Amino acid sequence: MLYIVIGFLWTSILLYLLLGGADFGAGIIELFTGKKDRQQTRKTLYKAIGPIWEANHMWLIIAIVILFVGFPVIYSTMSIYLHIPLTIMLLGIVARGTAFSFRNYDAIKDDMQMVYNRIFAISSFITPLFLGIVAGSAVSGQIDLSSHDFLNAYIFSWFSWFSFSVGLFTVAICGFLAAVYLIGETKIKEEQKQFRKMAVSMNIAAVICGGLVFLSARLSNIPVYTWIFGNSIGITAVIAATISLILLWYLMMQGKTIILRFLAGFQIAMILLSVTINHYPNIVILKTGHLSLVELRGHDKTIEALGTALLLGSVFILPALFYLIYSFQKRKDSSYNPDH
Amino acid sequence: MDNFIAARSQMALSLGFHIVFSCIGMVMPFFMAVSHLIWLRTGNPNYKNITKAWSKGVAIFFATGAVSGTVLSFELGLLWPEFMKHAGPIFGMPFSLEGTAFFIEAIALGFYLYGWDRFNRWFHWFTGVIVGVSGLLSGILVVSANAWMNSPKGFDYVNGKYINIDPIAAMFNDAWFSQALHMSLAAFAATGFAVAGVHALMIIRKNNVVFHQKGFKIAALFACVAALLQPLSGDISAKDVAKRQPAKLAAMEAHFETEKGAPFILGGIPDEKEKKVNYAIKIPGVLSFLAHGDFKAEVKGLNSIPENEHPPIAITHFAFQIMIGLGVLMMITAVIYFFALWKKKEWLTKEWLLKLFVIVTPMGFLAVEAGWTVTEVGRQPWIIYGVMRTADAVTPMPGIAYSFYVFTLVYVSLAVVVTFMLYRQIKMVNILYDVKEGVQ
Ligand code: HDD
Ligand code: HEM
Ligand code: HEM
Repeated sequence: MLYIVIGFLWTSILLYLLLGGADFGAGIIELFTGKKDRQQTRKTLYKAIGPIWEANHMWLIIAIVILFVGFPVIYSTMSIYLHIPLTIMLLGIVARGTAFSFRNYDAIKDDMQMVYNRIFAISSFITPLFLGIVAGSAVSGQIDLSSHDFLNAYIFSWFSWFSFSVGLFTVAICGFLAAVYLIGETKIKEEQKQFRKMAVSMNIAAVICGGLVFLSARLSNIPVYTWIFGNSIGITAVIAATISLILLWYLMMQGKTIILRFLAGFQIAMILLSVTINHYPNIVILKTGHLSLVELRGHDKTIEALGTALLLGSVFILPALFYLIYSFQKRKDSSYNPDH
Repeated sequence: MDNFIAARSQMALSLGFHIVFSCIGMVMPFFMAVSHLIWLRTGNPNYKNITKAWSKGVAIFFATGAVSGTVLSFELGLLWPEFMKHAGPIFGMPFSLEGTAFFIEAIALGFYLYGWDRFNRWFHWFTGVIVGVSGLLSGILVVSANAWMNSPKGFDYVNGKYINIDPIAAMFNDAWFSQALHMSLAAFAATGFAVAGVHALMIIRKNNVVFHQKGFKIAALFACVAALLQPLSGDISAKDVAKRQPAKLAAMEAHFETEKGAPFILGGIPDEKEKKVNYAIKIPGVLSFLAHGDFKAEVKGLNSIPENEHPPIAITHFAFQIMIGLGVLMMITAVIYFFALWKKKEWLTKEWLLKLFVIVTPMGFLAVEAGWTVTEVGRQPWIIYGVMRTADAVTPMPGIAYSFYVFTLVYVSLAVVVTFMLYRQIKMVNILYDVKEGVQ
């Protein structure tokens, strides 16, 4: 049962990265879209993420609940030492979620729209940035359980070049995912072209930020290189990611949207796999030691109950979720007006 | 500001904020389902319009409820890491089931809000019902987690270690039923009166009277049924508290000395030093009756509890008085309304009745906040009753005060914006939903 629970944890993190990520990315794209196209982009974006954005963000809650029920020591250690970036991320989540629904449901569309738009776009950038910072800090051995002064315990646990590079990398990935997703969401040729261009630039940004991650890891002696290339699964995953990238560029020109999305998702999954597999089951790497999912698991009965709840939940959730996505995919062409 | 106080304030603020949105998220879908159903059966366009107008409100509230809930699931760890380290695996069961319920709610809401004219109309209606049912279920589940903090079960605490953990027994602790029942009714009463009050105000102002009358009726009915049942369920809660948390009961009633035939204390200002209540009205024997169902029974006073285990008495007492007072007012309103429905139909269109509902508008939510203050402050100094002290659970990180200020700012601005948006929704009713009689 422990492995089922860990599997759910990993899957929820991946799905949050993919679905929540594409969602953040939509805001990032809005941030980087020129003024004249922004209105149209917003419309497409709303149609694309409106019905599912709420569900997309549930994966984060599932991951958190799994952590605090099944692996409470890991949850509480991260909560203590990464308090500040987690709090900033939360503020981002609040700002973004509310701004998104406010701008669509405000009965009068006036200057307030500008305010909502600004908040939405900026927090779409901040939130994944800090999500990445939290992830980067968790695995980079910056958390020092023996330090007691404020700076070392609560600031330098996350404030580093490496963490920020991972943060930026996360932002770029989100933008890329969203651009790939949005290509298939619009029928307007001009707009497709624009999203395609966006996907290319986000991809380039991701490669640059990925380079920054390696560089900063190098400078701070974080062995990212050996994590990724240190074992055969990691190497395979990286190769798979690279091949899918090349295919992706090729297919993007052809306009095969479904395969394109699948490939983009696959690529992200491979990246996540390659960085997690090598130090599994250690999910958090400390300055001295690590926090292991296996050693720090909760009581057996708890894991048993948690696993059962998750399995039971997926029986209900997955079919409903697929049907939701499917129905809105199928019918998106039929003209409809969200105000209706 | 002291770190510990800041952490408590931030938790209280976040929960006090979230609860408003979650109540609405739990209850409004039921109102919508009813009016949607009437529309499906009668074809009266007013009901369709009400359903749509409400559903826009729900979308705003749902989003705010969801993000503030997400904040809470992190805050439990950010503020109380020591608590979560031990409690997580024990009281986590309802949270993991709740995750499922939320997910289903979010999916169903996607279908409902974006599904107008796209699906079979009955399927569409049904997804709305699912939103309500799963929302209510999540409410019950979280409250069961909170009930565990009041009446911990499902583990043995030996030499500072938590062993023999049984998450299922923890979920069905002694307090879950009384709390879940009382909370669910409170959600219906609070949301119902709030919605009814707004519609009543619009009728008085003669704005879209037909539209608002229909909305008023649905909301008022739900609210009044809940308000009648609420004192009964409160009585169950009080008996339950007397059994499991005598210190909380004593603080609620500012009951200092253990005595037989204890009086019920109405109002008054507790003086913690002199151990008495000034300016209070005392009704002999009634506290004994409320707590144990017998006018002569002995009720434990605060003197039987070590001083360092006393909850803050004044706050708990005031909050309890406020809840009861508001509960009684709402119950009277409900009695009047039912009497009007039954015998005096002509009252229903009278302005004084509508005015009464306008006055009652905020009372349900005030009572909800007061009730939670009773429950949470009355549990102090414990975070897990009798097992772990709140002061031992707080995060070691200094400077929580700043985070408290930031969250206060955020929540206050959100409250302002949500109110502003609601105001604009209502203002736009004429333009969006004006239905002349008989014309669609
Ligand atoms: C509309 C709101 C509302 C109204 C009218 C009332 N209550 Fe209440 N009460 C709540 C809303 C509430 C609440 C906010 O929902 C609480 C907090 C925790 C809980 O489970 O319910 C609560 C808690 C609560 C508790 C503490 C339970 C515990 O700690 O486990 C008691 C003893 C009562 N109530 C008793 C009453 C009585 C005797 C009422 C008679 C009129 C009453 N309540 C009206
Ligand atoms: C939504 C309704 C709730 C409200 C309004 C509420 C209110 C409060 C208040 C006023 C405090 C501060 C008490 C004090 O420090 O004197 C508090 C503390 C706390 N509450 Fe609640 N509460 C609610 C529900 C819950 C639930 C459902 C849980 C958990 C499942 C919970 C967990 C806590 C924790 C962990 C603390 C901090 C420790 C403590 O002060 O006891 N609360 N809450
Ligand atoms: C008595 C206290 C509480 C009640 C009655 C309650 C009920 C609800 C309800 C009905 C919702 C659905 C949102 C909506 O429809 O607007 C919700 C959302 C949420 N609540 Fe609470 N809640 C309470 C306290 C808490 C606590 C203590 C936590 C965290 C530990 C929490 C976590 C969440 C989360 C994560 C969501 C968002 C789920 C989503 O995205 O749909 N809640 N709550």
